[in-house]
Amino acid sequence: MIDFTFTEEQEMFRKMAREFAENMVAPHVAKMEETGEVNDDVIRALAEAEMMALTIPEEYGGLGLGYTARMIAVEEISRISVATAMTLQVFGLGIEPILKFGNEEQKKRFLPGLANGDKLGTAAVTEPTGGSDPTGGRTVYRKDGDDYIVNGRKCFITNSHIADTITVLAKDENDPKAFCAFIIEKGMEGFKATHVEHKIGMRGCNTGELSFENCRVPKENLLGQEGKGLRVVMASIGEAGRGGMVGCALGVQAACLEASIKFATERILYGKPISRLQTIQNKLADMKIDLEAGRLLAYRAVSMHDKGEQSSNEFAVAKYFTTEAAQRAAKMAVDIHGGYGCMVEFPVTRYLRDSFVLGPSAGTSDIMKVIIARWTLT
Amino acid sequence: MLNIVVCVKAVPDPKDSCKISIDPVSKTLNRCDVSMVLNPLDKNAMEAALQLKEQYGAHITVLSMGPPQASPIVKECLALGGDQGFLLSDRAFGGADTYATAFTLASGIKKVGKPDIILCGMASSDGATEWVGPQIATFLDMPVVTMLKEIVNSAGDCWQVKTSLEDGYRLLEVDLPALFTVTRDLNEPRALSFSGIIKARKKEITVWGKEDLGVPEESLGLPGSPTIVSDMTTTDNKREVEIITGSREEMADQLLLKLVDAGAI
Ligand SMILES: Cc1cc2nc3c(=O)[nH]c(=O)nc-3n(C[C@H](O)[C@H](O)[C@@H](O)COP(=O)(O)OP(=O)(O)OC[C@H]3O[C@@H](n4cnc5c(N)ncnc54)[C@H](O)[C@@H]3O)c2cc1C
Ligand SMILES: Cc1cc2nc3c(=O)[nH]c(=O)nc-3n(C[C@H](O)[C@H](O)[C@H](O)COP(=O)(O)OP(=O)(O)OC[C@H]3O[C@@H](n4cnc5c(N)ncnc54)[C@H](O)[C@@H]3O)c2cc1C
Repeated sequence: MIDFTFTEEQEMFRKMAREFAENMVAPHVAKMEETGEVNDDVIRALAEAEMMALTIPEEYGGLGLGYTARMIAVEEISRISVATAMTLQVFGLGIEPILKFGNEEQKKRFLPGLANGDKLGTAAVTEPTGGSDPTGGRTVYRKDGDDYIVNGRKCFITNSHIADTITVLAKDENDPKAFCAFIIEKGMEGFKATHVEHKIGMRGCNTGELSFENCRVPKENLLGQEGKGLRVVMASIGEAGRGGMVGCALGVQAACLEASIKFATERILYGKPISRLQTIQNKLADMKIDLEAGRLLAYRAVSMHDKGEQSSNEFAVAKYFTTEAAQRAAKMAVDIHGGYGCMVEFPVTRYLRDSFVLGPSAGTSDIMKVIIARWTLT
Repeated sequence: MLNIVVCVKAVPDPKDSCKISIDPVSKTLNRCDVSMVLNPLDKNAMEAALQLKEQYGAHITVLSMGPPQASPIVKECLALGGDQGFLLSDRAFGGADTYATAFTLASGIKKVGKPDIILCGMASSDGATEWVGPQIATFLDMPVVTMLKEIVNSAGDCWQVKTSLEDGYRLLEVDLPALFTVTRDLNEPRALSFSGIIKARKKEITVWGKEDLGVPEESLGLPGSPTIVSDMTTTDNKREVEIITGSREEMADQLLLKLVDAGAI
């Protein structure tokens, strides 16, 4: 039999994360929206609430609570601030390659700092040459004694300007089939964060470009085997990365439904609340169906991930479904609000903008379908 | 080391208050569909206990009377830093008024072992009688200080404390052991934490029924309750908005008149 109930402990995680989001994140949302900048208080609060420690085992200073707990936290934070949830989810994506592919020395060196928030992480794969085809990137490495010299550029990188340790994918200068994943650290010579992006949504989540000019990386910072770096990043993105996006999408779905219920029960037309109109009810029902289905897909995939099973296909389905559903929900929420749905004082306008930013990260919907189709055909 | 008992009540989530209705026949609250949360002021009571623990070292017992669904509330207090939990749960406890509730809780406290300090919320957010604390103190024959807003001096067995009055405060001295009911001014309750939740895995909640307490059944629940809630109604809390127009002076004059009329000034 399948048990679909959360444990008492997981319910407590949700309560905790919800209170955290409402008390520690919500007060900063307006400023994040206005400036588009990361909020230091929010980052500090995330660290103090041990949000970065969730997936890291206790022996490396983490909590060892796993991916379901992380999904719950990301979902609840996203319900209040997708930007903050995205920031957090990508900290997790930065941690993942070290967890999965780091050697003992690397785990001891990097994980404790990433767990307590002294150090922030990210992963950088996408390049101007196209994110959907990571093998087409032009960031290259060559060996120089025991070191590697990295040259190139990365774009659309979450936490680009705040991250201290970054998993970077680079190609062998002389062999287009060989990749390495390096842990590049803030302050390394030849590495800098350059352009900051201004996004239509997820404002307050930092996105930008990284540049590597003869950046010297010691062999101690090579993750996994030389030449096998593509697997390091793709395995991390395929599960933890997509899973994080699913959490973000569920939060948007939930927020849209809540805002819609509130508005529809308060807005009086023809002498009664518009929630009595069948057309409005239809939209609420659609949103609810999508949210219920999305949660089932999400928590199915993440429970497999927690069991150590291969779950990237299930995550592809969940990511496709929930990010598309979040866009549908945001449009319906805006529609239900009538003219108010065009006014920035109403959070549904933010949800609409945020929902469109969910798509590309960790692979577009088209790419999810490519993956899912491949799954059906094998 | 101090022995502290914190009494905590599971109450309907105030955020869901619009979902609560009164059953016209039984005059009880219709609580289905409403999630239960820790009574807000009991968080302040918990926080006070935790601060005393940090300051002097303490063993914190969390005690609640309620249905099995109240168990997560006790667990939450253990996750906040309580050491052991007791849930007094039995069909026989049902329908208790404050007297029977306090009697049952006092019996539980006696069985746990008499503490140095008992902390209660000033009031629950549902019943809100403010009686349970003082009644427990009476059953245990110990002093009670209600509406605690500040602990001025907690060194030794004679404490100096401030309690809330409408227009000020009262400074009191009280000998331990004593029971305090706390207000929200006392402290800022801490948030739950992941590590706290993990630590609570090893902390037990003991459930006691009527046999465990070994008290006569007629003093429990409905039979043990001298109070009968004979009627309850909902009140309509409608607010009205009136827009005052005119020059600044005219508006100020009108406002003044209205406030005087309303008895506000
Ligand atoms: C609307 C309403 C009206 C009521 N009116 C009356 C009435 O007039 N007379 C009467 O006798 N009863 C009344 N009751 C019943 C009474 O509320 C509860 O039965 C009683 O168990 C607790 O009283 P209280 O909630 O008022 O507690 P309060 O005295 O307001 O609670 C103060 C503190 O006592 C502790 N405490 C209270 N209950 C528990 C518990 N179950 N477990 C652990 N700690 C606890 C908590 O620390 C709490 O913060 C009423 C109930 C309702 C819902
Ligand atoms: C907010 C945000 C945060 C991000 N954070 C990170 C990060 O931290 N690290 C990181 O490495 N990257 C990050 N990205 C980049 C993201 O992974 C890429 O944007 C994404 O992979 C798509 O790449 P692209 O933008 O270059 O689009 P392209 O790959 O150029 O795609 C253009 C269009 O072609 C379609 N397409 C491409 N290939 C196929 C195909 N085979 N079949 C059908 N259609 C196809 C795409 O669906 C899309 O519609 C982030 C992006 C955003 C928006």
